[in-house]
Amino acid sequence: MFDFEALYEAHTIDEAVALRAAHPKAQVIAGGSDQLIKIRAGRLAGCELLSIYTVDELRGVTLDGDGTLRIGPLTSFSHVTRDPLINRLIPVLGEAVDQVGGPQIRNIGTIGGNVCNGVTSADSASTLLAWDAVMELTGPEGKRRVPDSAWYLKAGQVDIRPGEILTAILIPKTAYDGYFGSYFKYAMRNAMDIATTGCSVNVKLSADKKTVGDARVAFGVASPVPVRAPSAEAVARGAAISEKTAEDFSRAVLADIHPRTSWRATAEFREHISVEMAKRTFLEAVKRAGGEF
Amino acid sequence: MQMKTIHFTLNGVQREKTIDVRASLTDMLRDDYSCFSVKKGCEVGECGACCVLIDGETFNSCIYLAVWADGKSILTVEGLKGPSTGELHPIQQAFVDEAAVQCGFCTPGIIMTAVELLGTGRKYTREELRKAISGHLCRCTGYENILNALDKAINH
Repeated sequence: MFDFEALYEAHTIDEAVALRAAHPKAQVIAGGSDQLIKIRAGRLAGCELLSIYTVDELRGVTLDGDGTLRIGPLTSFSHVTRDPLINRLIPVLGEAVDQVGGPQIRNIGTIGGNVCNGVTSADSASTLLAWDAVMELTGPEGKRRVPDSAWYLKAGQVDIRPGEILTAILIPKTAYDGYFGSYFKYAMRNAMDIATTGCSVNVKLSADKKTVGDARVAFGVASPVPVRAPSAEAVARGAAISEKTAEDFSRAVLADIHPRTSWRATAEFREHISVEMAKRTFLEAVKRAGGEF
Repeated sequence: MQMKTIHFTLNGVQREKTIDVRASLTDMLRDDYSCFSVKKGCEVGECGACCVLIDGETFNSCIYLAVWADGKSILTVEGLKGPSTGELHPIQQAFVDEAAVQCGFCTPGIIMTAVELLGTGRKYTREELRKAISGHLCRCTGYENILNALDKAINH
């Protein structure tokens, strides 16, 4: 038996928003692979739970009329990885979430829960940040959109206001059209492990595939929240495709990241691998975009 | 105590149950339906000993609220035996043939993952099989015989 006081279950977005207003102290639970473990450890003893796991309208991936990719926040990691639209438009997101935990965790864990936890190590977080994702929230006053760059307020806290739930993760067409990405997770083990550091890069090449038109890079566990590295992006933008560009790009990330020492790794080690990961991930993204070295 | 009545299918049989909303699916399957193949291992979703199929996908039942089973179809190892004579499922037989069982605690969970893989109808490389069972911890076998059994049951 889990130690919680009450369970409120929503089956529709409207019900979820109404229950959020009626029970402001209730913890929202999606797949529960983080919350239920905290509850079992006694860290949320006596809490109330608002389960949105059964809000089926928040599952699945679709395209809006303007080409915006709409990811339902309750889509499980394994369904994101198998989704035809994800595979066609941003396959790197499917690859990133395929590195969460193990197969059973990827069947219960949801991409929305992953980003709402506000944890820097979340495997989807850096990739969504690198693809300029937009969070769509629904609350008592209607819908509100928050760019991913403003989503993380501090470690473990994101911009969800009282009464709101996350109802979509959007990737605008301008953010994915022509871009190719790659994700690198550095962890001690290949499964059931949390990233020591994660790096997601995507690039758009010039028409002749000789120069970098645009590059975006984001890190997990290189700061208290997922962060972009704008200095590195500026170095790569407009640069010729070369090993030197990859070197310059990867060294420039140090201007933007602030890793900490934890029991998993020291700050110095994280800085070291961040540079190497940025380089490898950049090279892979350029190759996927059709660039040659 | 907050109770809820749910309807679900367990190993092919339709069920109605009024349960404490705080119960995990592991609690319900073991305590109310004597499905003792569903093991209580780590109880935090890491070891895979409590793995069951819900609508054909593997879930760790220890971190799944029993009330979420409403409207779902659940399969455990108890549901694998042949309907008339109770003969072993081909995956179970492969585990016997390949000596893939030592203490047996992880076995039911891995067998349920194998059932999910078998359901896809495709073949798996050794590397894919290793990844597929990466959510199951076995402290006895070193996994080799388990992989041999999976290969035999799924690819042949």
